[in-house]
Parts: sequence; structure tokens; C-alpha cells
Amino acid sequence: MVKVTSLTKKYGDFTAVNDISFEIRKGEIFGFLGPNGAGKTSTINMMIGLSRPTAGEITVGGIDVKEQIKRARAIMGIVPDESNLYNEMDGFENLCFCAALYGMRKQEREAKARLLLERFGLKGAGKRPFKAYSKGMRRKLTIAAALIHSPQVLFLDEPTTGIDVESSRQIREMIMGLKRQGVTIFLTTHYIEEAERLCDRVAFIADGQIVASGTVPELMESVAHDHTIRFVTDRNAEDLASELVAELQAGFAGSKVEVRVDHSLVMVSERRIPLLPVMEFFHDRGINVYEARELRPSLEDVFVELTGIESSVLKKDKERGGRR
Amino acid sequence: MKSWIAFWNILKKDVKNYYLKPPNISWGIIFPLSWTLMQLIRSPGGSILTLLPGLISMSVLFGTTSMLAVTITFERSGRSFERLMLAPISLSIMVLAKIAGTVLFGIFNAFVPVIFAAFFIDLRAVSWAVVIPAVLLIALTSALLGLLIAVSAEQVFEAQTFSNFFRFPMLFLCGLFIPLSDLPVFLRPISYCLPLTYGTDLLNGAITGANVLPPLLSFGLLLLFAAALFLISRHNINRKWIM
Repeated sequence: MVKVTSLTKKYGDFTAVNDISFEIRKGEIFGFLGPNGAGKTSTINMMIGLSRPTAGEITVGGIDVKEQIKRARAIMGIVPDESNLYNEMDGFENLCFCAALYGMRKQEREAKARLLLERFGLKGAGKRPFKAYSKGMRRKLTIAAALIHSPQVLFLDEPTTGIDVESSRQIREMIMGLKRQGVTIFLTTHYIEEAERLCDRVAFIADGQIVASGTVPELMESVAHDHTIRFVTDRNAEDLASELVAELQAGFAGSKVEVRVDHSLVMVSERRIPLLPVMEFFHDRGINVYEARELRPSLEDVFVELTGIESSVLKKDKERGGRR
Repeated sequence: MKSWIAFWNILKKDVKNYYLKPPNISWGIIFPLSWTLMQLIRSPGGSILTLLPGLISMSVLFGTTSMLAVTITFERSGRSFERLMLAPISLSIMVLAKIAGTVLFGIFNAFVPVIFAAFFIDLRAVSWAVVIPAVLLIALTSALLGLLIAVSAEQVFEAQTFSNFFRFPMLFLCGLFIPLSDLPVFLRPISYCLPLTYGTDLLNGAITGANVLPPLLSFGLLLLFAAALFLISRHNINRKWIM
């Protein structure tokens, strides 16, 4: 649905985006993650035609963005990182105006505006001026405005930054709803956990280059060098003393075992750990196991390992975004 | 058809959001009225008819240049202008829609001194067939100058400063206060590069019969100015706002 090939953007001597390529399949949520200044905004601006690529190709729905921007925009919905509707107009007027920009007729745009106000829980605020909206309401109306013409591809730039928890939850649910309807979504976010929860595939960008991309499990797999299983038993840390740990390590060659302060027991091995013999080991010693769970690296761990950027950098960016 | 819907709605939005706001309506009335009274007090014996071309020109120039520059800069700083840039319409349609509201505002400004004058003098001798298109073309070229300013300004106060930088020299060089023949020779070429010179001359001809240039030439040159300013503005928007 979206194809970016060897995309480069230079501002004088500075290269903001350096030869990046990726594809987004129809109905997919594609996450684009990176710290401020990594090249996210430059990339998105080129994709929506607000900036000209120095080199490379972009097609959206098979339409060349550089050559036929008008046609491409007709199938795009764009939600910028800051709400950009008209303060002087009310919610309903804003939606109707946005619909008119796509050439929709009066009856059609009014019906769609009412439908979207209802769908986004803003029906009661439809006649209220946009400037009187809360941050969360502003965000929801901005997303509604991007959906007014039923786009095939939606560009969402930091959709939940700086808004309350409930509105963020509603927006995430709405994004999943759009995916179910077959809308292709390009999502940039500072929230790694949001990307992990929503995205089918993710690309990490740092210094203008894509350092890794793939599905969330694929990315996790790429950094998961060891297999780790955490056991919760009916014994406390003292009972699971060093003797038991040594016995367990001896019984399962190549594994490392440690007891954590939360009284759980963690077993790490380069190979997959077969569960049944471990359970029998505990059973033979009269230890009840209540929980055995494989611990996988989070997307945040993957980001840190692949980009070399501490996730705190993203968090600081996120806070800065929230304060804007 | 789709472009026409977008054009009409941008124009409607601008008229409602900006031009029909009480401060702008009062500006549109009070400003031309003040100019008229100022001129009458300054030269009590002077004929209102001879003042009228200048008053119309000034009202249109001041109304249009600042309004478009300020509204666009205002929308750009609030990022709502980006919404128009991202719409599936051509840049020309968008620019024309933005200009159309300002031109209407300029025409409204122009007719305030005319209505005021109608209470005191007989305007039957005025050639309206020339006045109306001349006002339209003065408003159009002035609005396009405002657009050029908007492309250069980042903040609203910058737009206002730039507007004055253009407007005041234009007033003194276009033959409004000083006839072109009385201007120093080295300034005359500049006067002939100003669209307002031709607009004022057309109004002078239509109202007092004292035009210097043939009306057709003035109309032609004003159209040429409008086309050139439109193309330059479009090019500048393309270059500066789509980086």
C-alpha cells in the first residue's frame, strides 16, 4: 500500500534522512520509532508531500507522491503531531470544512461529520468552539477530521502524546478499529509500549537511517540470545537456598539459576528449557510451582540494543512533546 | 467540481472567520472614513470629487495588503494553514481562494468613501464601468502583494511591518499625492513599476477625467501585474513552504 524506496533528504550538508526503504502492507499498522531529530518528521513530511525528497521514491496506493500529489492526498488522512483545526470554528464546522476540502457535497459532509462526532464521543461538543476543547478532545477531533473522507492510508504523528490516559485508551481502541476496517496506518510514536501493543511491524530510525525493522516478535527474537524462565513456587528465597540452586544447575547443564528478591526462581539457558523435567525436579522435592513463564525482551530492550540509544532519551522527548 | 467546492468553502470560511469579525468591519468603515475626513479638514475648499480616487485607492491598498498577510501568517503560526496545503487541491486554487476573500474585503473598503461622498456630491458623471474593474484590479494586485509579504513573514507583527514597508512608499510614488510629472526624474521609473500607479490613474480618469495614460493600457498593465504577482507568489510558496 505504501512503498518508500531509497528515500533521502538533505538540508545543505546535513542529511536528515539517509537512503531509507520500507513497505507497508494494506491494513497494517506500521510503527516508526526514534528519538527527536532521528528523521521521523522529515520522512513523514516527504510521504505527505509537505517536503521534497532529495532522492528516492514514494508511492501510496500505487500513486507516485512526487508526480501526483493531489491524487495521493485524496486517499491519505493526515493527523499531525499538533492539532491544526480552526479555533474560531466549532467541532461540527471544522469537520464539515475539512470534508469540503476533499470536495464532498454539503449533505454528505454534514452526515459524515455527525457520524464521526458520535463515533468519537464528541456529539455533545459538536457546537462548542474548538478552542474550548480539552487536549484529548482536540486530538480526537483532529483524528476525526483526518477520517472525514474515509482515507485508505492514515498518517498518525504522535497521536497520544500529551493527552490524558482515558483519551489515549480511546484513541488506541479507535486505531485498532480502523485496522479492522482495513485502513493502513503509519504511526510515529515516542511510546514504545504503544507501538508494541498496536503495531504489526515496526521500524527504528536513528540518525536518519533505519537500524531495524520487522514484526514485534521478529525484533524481539533478534535480540533474545538466551531463553529465560521464571518460576513462582510456594517457597521463599531462603528455602530456595544455594543448595537447591546448585542441584538445579547440575541437573540442567548449561543453565544458570538465580533466586530473586521477589522469591521467584529464574533459569537462563542458551538452549530452550524443557519444562517437564524441571517440573518433575520441583515435584520430587515437594515444591509446588504456581507459575512458569518465559521472559522475553520488551520492545524497549530491543530498541536500546539495536539503536544504542537509552530509552530514557525517548522518554525525555515524550515529556517535551507532552509539555508543548 | 471538487476544486470548486474546496474554493468556495475556503472563501466562506475566511469571510466568516476574519472579514466579518466586528474589528475588521469597523476597520473597513472607520479607516476610509477617517482618511476622507482628514483630507476634507486639511483642504476645506478642495473638491470631494478630486479626493475620491485617492481615497478609494488608499482604502483598498490598506485593507487588502495587511489583511491577507496577517491572516495567512496567523494561520501558519497556528498550523491550520498546513491543512489547506495538505488538501487534494492545486496550490493555485488554494491561493485564489485565499485572495478572493481579501479582494471582496478590499471592494467593500473602496465603496465606503464612495457612499460617504454620495451624500455630498453628485456622482452621476462617474464612469462606473471603469471604476468597478479598476477597484477589482487594485484589490487583486494589492492582495497579491500581501501574499508576497505573507510568504516572507514568520510572525504576524513581521507581516504588519513588511506591509507598511511597501505601502507608504507606494502611496507617495503612485501619483496619488504628487502628480507623476512633478516627481524627481530618478523616481519616475519606480512609479511606473507600481501597480497602484495604473489603478490610481484609471480612477482619476473615471472620476475626474484627469488620467495620464490610456485606460486600456492601464487595465492591460494591471492584469499583467496581477498575473506576474500570482506566479511569483505561487513559486515562492512552492519554494519556501514545500521544502
